[in-house]
Amino acid sequence: MQNPYMPYPVQIDDIIVETEDKNLKTFKFVFLNSEDEGKFDYYAGQFAELSVTGKGEIPIGIASSPTEKGFVKFTVNKVGLVSSYLHSMKVGDIMGVRGPLGNWYPWNRMEGKNVVIIGGGFAFTTLRSSIIYMLDPANRPKFKDIHVIYGARTPGMLLYRDELQEWEKRDDINVHITVDGTDDPNWKYNTGFVPTITEQKAPAADENTIAIVCGPPIMIKFTQPVLDKLGYAHDKIIMSLENRMKCGIGMCGRCNIGKEFVCKDGPVFTLEELNKTPREY
Amino acid sequence: MKIVQIEKAKWEAGLASLSDSYRLFGPVKETEFHNFKELAKGQAPDLSCLNTRLSPKSIIYPQSEALLEYSLDETRQDHHIMREIPKDYPPQAIIGIRPCDVKAFILVQKNFDTPEYKDPYWINAFESSTFIGLACDSPCTECFCTSADCGPYHEEGLDVLLVDAGDHYLAKVLSEKGDNLLKAAGWQNQADPKTAAKKIETMKQSAENKITSFINTDGLKDGDTIKLYNAPFWEDVSFSCINCGTCTFVCPTCWCFDIQDENRGKSGKRMRNWDSCMFPLFTLHGSGHNPRGTQLHRVRQRFMHKLKYYVDKYDSGIQCVGCGRCVRYCPVNIDIRRVCDLMNNFSSAENICEIS
Repeated sequence: MQNPYMPYPVQIDDIIVETEDKNLKTFKFVFLNSEDEGKFDYYAGQFAELSVTGKGEIPIGIASSPTEKGFVKFTVNKVGLVSSYLHSMKVGDIMGVRGPLGNWYPWNRMEGKNVVIIGGGFAFTTLRSSIIYMLDPANRPKFKDIHVIYGARTPGMLLYRDELQEWEKRDDINVHITVDGTDDPNWKYNTGFVPTITEQKAPAADENTIAIVCGPPIMIKFTQPVLDKLGYAHDKIIMSLENRMKCGIGMCGRCNIGKEFVCKDGPVFTLEELNKTPREY
Repeated sequence: MKIVQIEKAKWEAGLASLSDSYRLFGPVKETEFHNFKELAKGQAPDLSCLNTRLSPKSIIYPQSEALLEYSLDETRQDHHIMREIPKDYPPQAIIGIRPCDVKAFILVQKNFDTPEYKDPYWINAFESSTFIGLACDSPCTECFCTSADCGPYHEEGLDVLLVDAGDHYLAKVLSEKGDNLLKAAGWQNQADPKTAAKKIETMKQSAENKITSFINTDGLKDGDTIKLYNAPFWEDVSFSCINCGTCTFVCPTCWCFDIQDENRGKSGKRMRNWDSCMFPLFTLHGSGHNPRGTQLHRVRQRFMHKLKYYVDKYDSGIQCVGCGRCVRYCPVNIDIRRVCDLMNNFSSAENICEIS
């Protein structure tokens, strides 16, 4: 019997400080046993439990893309006991990764469609995974137009700034970067909250357009009316949820929204599905 | 149908033989109350007990259990790498367990033994167990098993059903595991199946007739989840709750758990501990946000889970066997029977409105 609580041992290969407040770091892990990489076979949108030995586990979205080989990446906000300790760890340290867990963005359903990605703050991790996945030369032809609207409080709070700039220059993806505000006179992108920029930049809804929305509750709250106004049907709006988790496999009982476990039946739901739950998240 | 007659005079000798090949568990009186304990050699379970104060769930699913272990000592080759803890699961027999508590394991199995993931700790402990159930002839006043898809002689999940027939027990063999146990105990005296079955049936009827408390669950499945969730009665139901967690602690079908690393010096264990949806910490996010931040949220979660979410998720009956423990031990008299009626009537009242 496969023990679903057993993490794969990994070594920290690289640590990147992502944001100006230094509260977000990206950890790049390599598997200690190379065959584990094959077992850790994931889709963009899934998460894993990062197992900091002696401290505990935290559920974190996978920021690397399945098309990137040889490592897995996670961007972690420093919040509680485990994430704070993880932030103090060094390249070379040994820990564990358990997963991949949960469902993923509906890649089959999105084939042949326009994809609109709307992200805010540090909820951009699995969206990065998705963008890298879609931009892979083998996958790009499967999707029509790709739009990305991504915002943070300030330029220094944007994740993956080098990649954003690179995507911004490409002609096979439309990237709209925005910040709530900045006093940087050289800021050449948008200024304004994500819902406002969505209203200005997102394509109008049609049968062939799917929106993925990931962000803090306040952003989601104000983006939904905008998408309604643009005519997006609720089965065309995809959301990825977070809740407190322990087991990650639908057993420990705390992350449910009604009968659905966010960890196992989610974390990805359509808005239509969420409307049928008590939305306790 | 095989029914074995066990003379009470031969009961303890049989148990002594069993203890050579099984770990035995049974109800034992501790100060005021009975609880399930592992029986020492020569110790007999106290079958006079109506039911134990705590459910026997901890025999399969310990309140605190080590899942994995590790070393933090960097001089060791495998430091910070999780290891399996060698565990063996020798055959164990739970003697005198009530039918409701066995049925509870069958309900809980849906959580731990799923098509996608198997919890090896729960499954191994469950599969190594033989359940020797004792039929209930004196149900407690809070018992409502017969209307919770269960009953005082309910056989689901049992390997043997023991019926107290005065100077002897009638042991109805319900599985190969049960048959093997009776052989190991040397209880081989087969009763006349027709007479014995008839006697058991008569006693069953009489026991079922003693149950005076009922719930209605027929409207739960068709009830609208969101409307039930927003029902006005939750404020009243949860008003007196002190979120002590007694209900989830004594409940045989409550399975929620927490996982914590416990270090001692340079080594440690990843532990699983019972947890409860009654506690605010259960769902508290790192950000400080809590999706079930109020007592109302938590009380509602417990009842909605047992009586609605479970029903819908597994397309089955309710996640309750009617053992009555939460009713007996709730310090503020919150009664699942009343809540079930409120939910069921709310649903059916609404259905009637929709039709007319």
